[in-house]
Amino acid sequence: MGIYLNKDTKVIVQGITGGTARFHTKQMLEYGTKIVGGVTPKKGGTEVEGVPVFNTLQEAVDETGATVSVIYVPAPFAADAIIEAVDAELDLVICITEHIPVLDMVKVKRYMEGKKTRLIGPNCPGVITADECKVGIMPGYIHKKGHIGVVSRSGTLTYEAVHQLTQRGYGQSTAVGIGGDPVNGTNFIDVLKEFNEDPETEAVIMIGEIGGTAEEEAALWIKENMKKPVVGFIGGATAPPGKRMGHAGAIISGGKGTAEEKIRVMKECGIAVAETPAVIGETMIKVLKEKGLDEKCRTHA
Amino acid sequence: MNIHEYQGKQILREFGVKVPNGYVAYTVDEAVEAAKKLGSSVTVVKAQIHAGGRGKAGGVKVAKNLDEVRTYADEILGKTLVTHQTGPEGKEVKRLLIEEGCDIQKEYYIGVVLDRATSRVVMMASEEGGTEIEEVAAKTPEKIFKEVIDPVIGLSPYQARRLAFNINIPNELVGKAVSFMMGLYQAFVEKDCSIAEINPLVTTGDGEVLALDAKLNFDDNALYRHPDIVELRDLDEEDEKEIEASKYDLSYIALDGNIGCMVNGAGLAMATMDIIKYYGGEPANFLDVGGGATAEKVTEAFKIILSDPNVKGIFVNIFGGIMKCDVIAEGVVEATKQVGLEIPLVVRLEGTNVELGKKILQDSGLNITAADSMADGAQKIVSLVSK
Repeated sequence: MGIYLNKDTKVIVQGITGGTARFHTKQMLEYGTKIVGGVTPKKGGTEVEGVPVFNTLQEAVDETGATVSVIYVPAPFAADAIIEAVDAELDLVICITEHIPVLDMVKVKRYMEGKKTRLIGPNCPGVITADECKVGIMPGYIHKKGHIGVVSRSGTLTYEAVHQLTQRGYGQSTAVGIGGDPVNGTNFIDVLKEFNEDPETEAVIMIGEIGGTAEEEAALWIKENMKKPVVGFIGGATAPPGKRMGHAGAIISGGKGTAEEKIRVMKECGIAVAETPAVIGETMIKVLKEKGLDEKCRTHA
Repeated sequence: MNIHEYQGKQILREFGVKVPNGYVAYTVDEAVEAAKKLGSSVTVVKAQIHAGGRGKAGGVKVAKNLDEVRTYADEILGKTLVTHQTGPEGKEVKRLLIEEGCDIQKEYYIGVVLDRATSRVVMMASEEGGTEIEEVAAKTPEKIFKEVIDPVIGLSPYQARRLAFNINIPNELVGKAVSFMMGLYQAFVEKDCSIAEINPLVTTGDGEVLALDAKLNFDDNALYRHPDIVELRDLDEEDEKEIEASKYDLSYIALDGNIGCMVNGAGLAMATMDIIKYYGGEPANFLDVGGGATAEKVTEAFKIILSDPNVKGIFVNIFGGIMKCDVIAEGVVEATKQVGLEIPLVVRLEGTNVELGKKILQDSGLNITAADSMADGAQKIVSLVSK
């Protein structure tokens, strides 16, 4: 169980013949993900790691019955790859690619309105339902099956949180990286809604960072709707204003998007906020104990 | 990427947006020459630096004759302007914009930005021109009007008209204001801007609608398709180490502290700064080596950190996903071979190929302090640096 992905999910890799895609196709296969095909124009008929390569995504979908794709296509061509996935009517497309021009994403978002496909990313680590299906670039071994959902704007901070949980014996349902770009396909609230309805998920970690107001909006949504406890963390408390901290979305502008303001709103909405990135796991465990969920969420070996 | 006002105005001209006539000048003589060519009764001498607040800092002067142009040009060129956007060290003026003066009737504000909440481009306008728009937004938000723009249709003329009426542009100038806004939006999308801000937009005594200032920023991710914009980059306006980092696609920002950081992933890099500060240290930089870094890039990243004389220790914090730990380790070893290492180095490795990475560091014989976790690493480097 978990959200978005499970052991039966069939996945296609867009841009499968690139170096990064090859490496991670192998890693995903080793994790047990059902990678059923890949797409690279003009490389149709070849194979990568025993996976058949097709010229077009539609062909790959028709041949394999896949419902999910993951994109490793270089930034100048990534928007086109997302649109190709939308037109192939996939349920879910996960875009790992970083550095996509933001106005390309504005058009993609507009194009996706009213279409069935959900986009996660771009500029994200992907999605993993522990011990079932890994789609993206996250290191598989740090995850363990369990009951904590994780949603984050940052890839490596997601790993950090997951690792802390696993080390302490608390597994995860699904970890979702929504990406660090200002325009993305799926926001915190979309993922929180899924976790709220997922019977496997007992509690959620939400990791945000400076820039925009997505964390504040999510916090208000949590206060009104969330049936499960949420622990939060915000990266960038010490970042200077006006400087773009790596992620295109991580910038404090016009006095807005500060960590201080986000943490204040999150706390007001009943979210336990971890004081440092090193105690995200500890903070969750404390909350689980308070809510009487500790026993249930410990991973039984 | 940022550009100068005079460069922004040149781009706006190409899109039919009205701006005053003017020329760039690098010397006092060029400034006087430019003023002669303009032949206007009043000439404005404007410092060109990548920061706002130039007027208040004495970087904008109105000259009534050529002698005054010479005096002001001489005064401003080479001067270090300190504004609320330059930081306390200020910025030296190396270029001037010599522009014809105009008979200002009223000042307005027009800005085009990406609105994250709607994932659309938004045009904002206000009657309160000339002041900081953030201030207007805080004090009198009802004076800012917004139009959300559909990327398929673009800015509709009716939306531009509505903005013009809302900010009380005189009826007889609404047509000109509309074509101004249409051109501005066109420039924004065709050049992949991240911000296009006209503050102030002015109406003049002779019935014109003009951009008196222009601030254009561009989406770095889209620069590959705008070689003409890349040409406009002014390296004098950027930090040397940041320039060096950008050559290797490293995301680096210089800060004031003494602990150099090398991290993968922007989120973890920010969080690493936060935790160093939490344990009483001060980060010297933000550095995200990114996902696709090679050993060569890591080597360069390490050299850039070491080139900062304030750095008294380095904390490498890596959680490999797309980034492999062995690549980081190789880069660290190579860099220290090339430039030597006389300051403490704390390394925390986790994630993809972690065992291989740890082995490379161990076998290197380098004096490296290993850390088990991010908190452990931060505490270790803070204590090593404070010794």
